Amino acid sequence: MTEPLLRVENLAKRFGATLACADVSFVLRPGEVLGIVGESGAGKTTLLRCLAGQLRPTAGRVLYRTRHEGEVDVYAIAEPARRLLLRTDWGIVHQNPRDGLRLEVSAGGNVGERLMAVGARHYGKIRNEVSDWLTRVELDPARIDQYPETFSGGMQQRVQIARNLVTKPRLLFLDEPTGGLDVSVQATLLDLLRSLVGSLGIAAVLVTHDLGVVRLLAHRLVVMKDGRIVEHGLTDQVLDDPQHPYTQLLVSSILPV
Amino acid sequence: MNASSPLQVAPAAGTTEGYNFGYLDEQTKRMIRRALLKAVAIPGYQVPFGSREMPLPYGWGTGGIQVTASVIGPADVLKVIDQGADDTTNAVSIRKFFNRVAGVRTTEKTSAATIIQTRHRVPETPLAENQILVYQVPIPEPLRWLEAREAETRRMHALAEYGAMRVNLYEEVARYGRIAKGYDYPVEVNGRYIMSPSPIPKFDNPKLDNNPALQLFGAGRERRIYAIPPYTKVKSLDFEDYPFTVERWAQACALCGATDSFLDEVIVDDQGARVFVCSDTDYCEDRRKQGFRGAAPDALAATASGAS
Ligand SMILES: [Zn+2]
Repeated sequence: MTEPLLRVENLAKRFGATLACADVSFVLRPGEVLGIVGESGAGKTTLLRCLAGQLRPTAGRVLYRTRHEGEVDVYAIAEPARRLLLRTDWGIVHQNPRDGLRLEVSAGGNVGERLMAVGARHYGKIRNEVSDWLTRVELDPARIDQYPETFSGGMQQRVQIARNLVTKPRLLFLDEPTGGLDVSVQATLLDLLRSLVGSLGIAAVLVTHDLGVVRLLAHRLVVMKDGRIVEHGLTDQVLDDPQHPYTQLLVSSILPV
Repeated sequence: MNASSPLQVAPAAGTTEGYNFGYLDEQTKRMIRRALLKAVAIPGYQVPFGSREMPLPYGWGTGGIQVTASVIGPADVLKVIDQGADDTTNAVSIRKFFNRVAGVRTTEKTSAATIIQTRHRVPETPLAENQILVYQVPIPEPLRWLEAREAETRRMHALAEYGAMRVNLYEEVARYGRIAKGYDYPVEVNGRYIMSPSPIPKFDNPKLDNNPALQLFGAGRERRIYAIPPYTKVKSLDFEDYPFTVERWAQACALCGATDSFLDEVIVDDQGARVFVCSDTDYCEDRRKQGFRGAAPDALAATASGAS
């Protein structure tokens, strides 16, 4: 079996007296998509921010296997190294595109930023690569110079996905990537995400309350309740044969597709 | 610009009584000099300093004045330029100020000055090792347009996260087909920090590179000092396929015929006739003294104050 890309050990995050998550442990292998589900308030988003290097956990470790330096403790390495990981090897797709895009910058500038951040200095080449990525997320490259505000919500998510994938990250954090979109738009965006993540072999941690989304995208599933993992397994197993009463409740509350 | 000089709060002309040499007290000067030393040690890095109230409004270059006041000595000869000219209200006021509070000699000749305080221009005459160029800076932070939070811009500098700075240039090429920014064109200093060169035309950017003079930058309102030590590499940001270029003019200076200087367009009569003349008045005069003549050497004779 391949070595884990991400290992999470006994992670906990406390805000004052409030425990947002605790005793979270799991591994993620290259190319694998892990879904984290639970109702809102279950500590999913806090956990995602801890995993993604954006919120220092109160306890526990997040270990990431880098391309060249082996496994590193994400919160033990220096801030420059952590931020470099974030803008090269990792990507984050936010639920609200406004959190993940620069609205005052064109679609092309948004997608090209990470290329320039890692040293691209040839405008024509940047432009070509951006156009290529717009095509890959099924946007018309002729719209490269238009601003995010002129795009629909689903298209803004596509720009955000391209902005993250342009540096060919190995690990993607997805925070309710289809939340707030129309059902039909959700379906096509999920298809796109699934085919991109699959064809590029990117590992992903996906946080959502929508079991339909994890069914489509995630290989394995973690169910969270009150900040703790209550069930963990292959997606189909967990959804088809839930063991924990909380998971059973979650599964029974979704409408049959 | 105000017609009346803000320096009228100062005591009678021709005396330094009641003031420490250079106006600032010695403790303040030491504090500013420490900031300057740090700035020289880390080229292009913005050093915070405790900016003092000066008897001038902020827009008059209090940052530059405090820097000049901290480095000036009795043997120095001071030149002050504003838009390239020595005779604007601002330049005259600052020169008078230092003449009064430091008793130093002043000059309009670039080559005769040991300290040149400037706004908007770098002199055309090449500078030398014994000279200090002091810039008055309104906005020192080149990343401010994209990030309003000071703590975040400081972190971006500390970690050399300059991708977003390049996005600005990308957007210009995407929109205008070229990098359109003409003033305050960002530079990379010594291969490390990205720095705002103050609102000089990009025409002057190449003069920042490998200059024998010490270049000091003071921002009074924003309380920042930064520096380019002598002979430091300064590179204007660009793309490989859209390289940095400077402004060029189809004509020569109407007065002195120079083709290598930054030209201002000046209206010379009531009919709206225009000529192009050197923005650097000292450089232009110097050339005319050497016998160089442009197409209309008397074009400005009728106007009172020359280039605006
Ligand atoms: Zn001239």
